[in-house]
Amino acid sequence: MEYVAAALLGFAGGAVGGMLGVGGGILFVPALVIFLSESQIRAEATSLLAIVPVAIAGAWRQNSYGNVRVRDGLLVGALAAPGAVIGVQLANALSQRALELLFAALLVVVAAQFVRRGLRPPRDPARERP
Amino acid sequence: MIGTAAGIFSGLFGVGGGSVIVPLLILWFAYREREATGTSLLVIVIIGALAAAMQGLHGNVDPLEGLLIAIPAVGGALAGTELQQRVPEPVISLLFAVLLVAVAAELAIP
Repeated sequence: MEYVAAALLGFAGGAVGGMLGVGGGILFVPALVIFLSESQIRAEATSLLAIVPVAIAGAWRQNSYGNVRVRDGLLVGALAAPGAVIGVQLANALSQRALELLFAALLVVVAAQFVRRGLRPPRDPARERP
Repeated sequence: MIGTAAGIFSGLFGVGGGSVIVPLLILWFAYREREATGTSLLVIVIIGALAAAMQGLHGNVDPLEGLLIAIPAVGGALAGTELQQRVPEPVISLLFAVLLVAVAAELAIP
């Protein structure tokens, strides 16, 4: 039963992500915590794994439209590696409660971004920058 | 700089980091939005794989659950990209914001 829930959540997360151009992580993490009763740290870890195939599929698709600058992407990715190591260590060092509250704060910040985006006046394509 | 900041963000929160990478590529490197989104996906593949491996060493990853979410999510993402053409974006953005705040409250209130 809970595996069915996980699969449905994955589909919903992917669909919303596809519509809004966000990765699934912001949805996968709370879904794992709330519906599958994972701890915050385990939800984050599992979300990281789930993001990889989704990002591969997305990058593949975008690359076929010529939207991926491969060299830049590889360079930024390589530079991100030490950061990711620090982030994971930090997540494991913090208390579960602290991590939950930080994540809740992140959700509010992202929500504010989307409110701004939703209230933005519709753009006139003719006046869009080239 | 962008890379390291995105890496910390991603490792700490278990998310891809696109919401950090995309605006920075646009602001600092004059990327157009589509290129920024496309390139950020490649960065996320690298960060995600590395951070997931690190979390695996800590014994925190549930591979079965990860795949159970990931595989339908790929299908969902393709469906979402199609739907995007038909649903007004401001409506989705505002509904999504409400959902995020509700989830934040659920997480924050013990």
